[in-house]
Amino acid sequence: MIAHAIFFYTFSLIAVVSAIMVTASKNTVHSVFFLILDFISISCLFIMIGAEFLGMIMLIVYVGAVAVLFLFVVMMLNVAQQKNQWFAGQSTSKHIPVGLIISTLIFFEIIIVIGGWKYKPEIFDINNSFANTSLSNTHSLGQILYTDYIHVFQISGIILLVAMVGAIVLTFRQRSGLKRQSYIKQISRERAEGVEVLEVQSNKGVKIDD
Amino acid sequence: MEYLSIVFQEVYKILFLLVPVLVSVAMIVWLDRRVWAFVQKRQGPNVVGPFGLLQSLADALKYIFKEIIIPSSSNKVIFILAPIVTMTLALIAWAVIPFSATQVLADINVGILYLFAVSSLGVYGIIMGGWASNSKYPFLGAIRSAAQMVSYEVSIGVIIINVLLCVGSLNLNDIVIAQQNMWFVIPLFPMFVIFFISALAETNRPPFDLPEAEAELVAGYQTEYSGMMYAMFWLGEYANILLMCAMGAILFLGGWMSPIDVYPFTLIPGAIWLILKILLLFILFALVKAIVPRYRYDQLMRLGWKVFLPLSLIWVVLTASYLFYFNLLPVN
Repeated sequence: MIAHAIFFYTFSLIAVVSAIMVTASKNTVHSVFFLILDFISISCLFIMIGAEFLGMIMLIVYVGAVAVLFLFVVMMLNVAQQKNQWFAGQSTSKHIPVGLIISTLIFFEIIIVIGGWKYKPEIFDINNSFANTSLSNTHSLGQILYTDYIHVFQISGIILLVAMVGAIVLTFRQRSGLKRQSYIKQISRERAEGVEVLEVQSNKGVKIDD
Repeated sequence: MEYLSIVFQEVYKILFLLVPVLVSVAMIVWLDRRVWAFVQKRQGPNVVGPFGLLQSLADALKYIFKEIIIPSSSNKVIFILAPIVTMTLALIAWAVIPFSATQVLADINVGILYLFAVSSLGVYGIIMGGWASNSKYPFLGAIRSAAQMVSYEVSIGVIIINVLLCVGSLNLNDIVIAQQNMWFVIPLFPMFVIFFISALAETNRPPFDLPEAEAELVAGYQTEYSGMMYAMFWLGEYANILLMCAMGAILFLGGWMSPIDVYPFTLIPGAIWLILKILLLFILFALVKAIVPRYRYDQLMRLGWKVFLPLSLIWVVLTASYLFYFNLLPVN
């Protein structure tokens, strides 16, 4: 048990410290790296409580894909220039009340959820859970997701699809004057279309491009 | 005391895994160069040791004694961290590779997800190195590789789903045992081809080595690196290639299983079969490097998103409906 506790406190300490560093560090790219560290330590915590599937999915989805795109965007932004606009002058104080309000709201929400879960567990209906300890947690997750919650699961998938389509529609620009390579056109070209044999008359030449 | 003995046992096992992997990385670099030379009718490295076998060791010795140069305008912590990340990620993935039914360091339930996760983290070493160098060519290389590796991971993930549909488990040993009657390379042959090509792109091998395309980007993300740090990038890269070959061998070529279940073949230990399969795939990797010219970047992206992703998705639907219709879905 001692080893378990040591690992738990190490990972949670890393998670909390790196979460603070995400907001505290001045350099945006450093923030993203701390965010990645946070994700990794949280997935370690997931694995420690036996939710190995969730831990691995966390690594694959958040660290392997989402954070890479974050990093990608942050590196492409001209951060050095914007930093001066954000941190210089009095305008910083405007953001603080808004941030405070939102964070208090989230804090109370968490309190309500955790408190309710702790003292009134019957509200959350966890007792008739389908947890079957003989199955691996991938199997039990699949059994719950694809039977009782299939509609919720499918709807969340559709919401993601709609978000994706929306993002593409918003950013899509039809640009004119681009030369596009069409593989089918290139491959299916016949000799007759590309080559023409002409009788060249003396002193007149051939007009090539028309 | 009891804890200590457990720790020692594990360390002993890890060393027994890591030292062979590192040695084989050195050997595989030699093999890569020899195959490359063979295709081009050259000799390749043949001076140091018998057949030039010790060439990589000589190179490593040279790298160790070279000066490590850290650019003054670079982000030093991340600059130093990048090769370490690459190397570590390439090595920790070997923990779950099964060399026989019992010879595996960590026989975890979600082995294939672990492999996939670690291989998808591999991009960080490159991005960190490219960004921290604070120079144009490394940065371009890093950006390119970020987009490239994320794109090809998608199709690798879908291919893994194909295999998992036939297995019904995420454990690597279960995947190997499920191929007892028929290797998955036969029913899922198109997926094997796509996996192989995606693995080339995932490990930044030619013809997809755009992150380090020497004609355009000097050496891409590793331009500013020197000495031992460069060597670590290089070791990590080849360890990753070996890992991808191992993944291919486990998913499609029956892992540690002998090809025929007949008496003289079953005597040979599983580790040898796995190594032979990895070598076969690696020689294919090396041949591709020698034969195929480099892709253009837009062609690479098109191949990943418009060809491989739809094809492998269609194949998921096909596999699932076939298994469902003929009642072959693995149920336990």
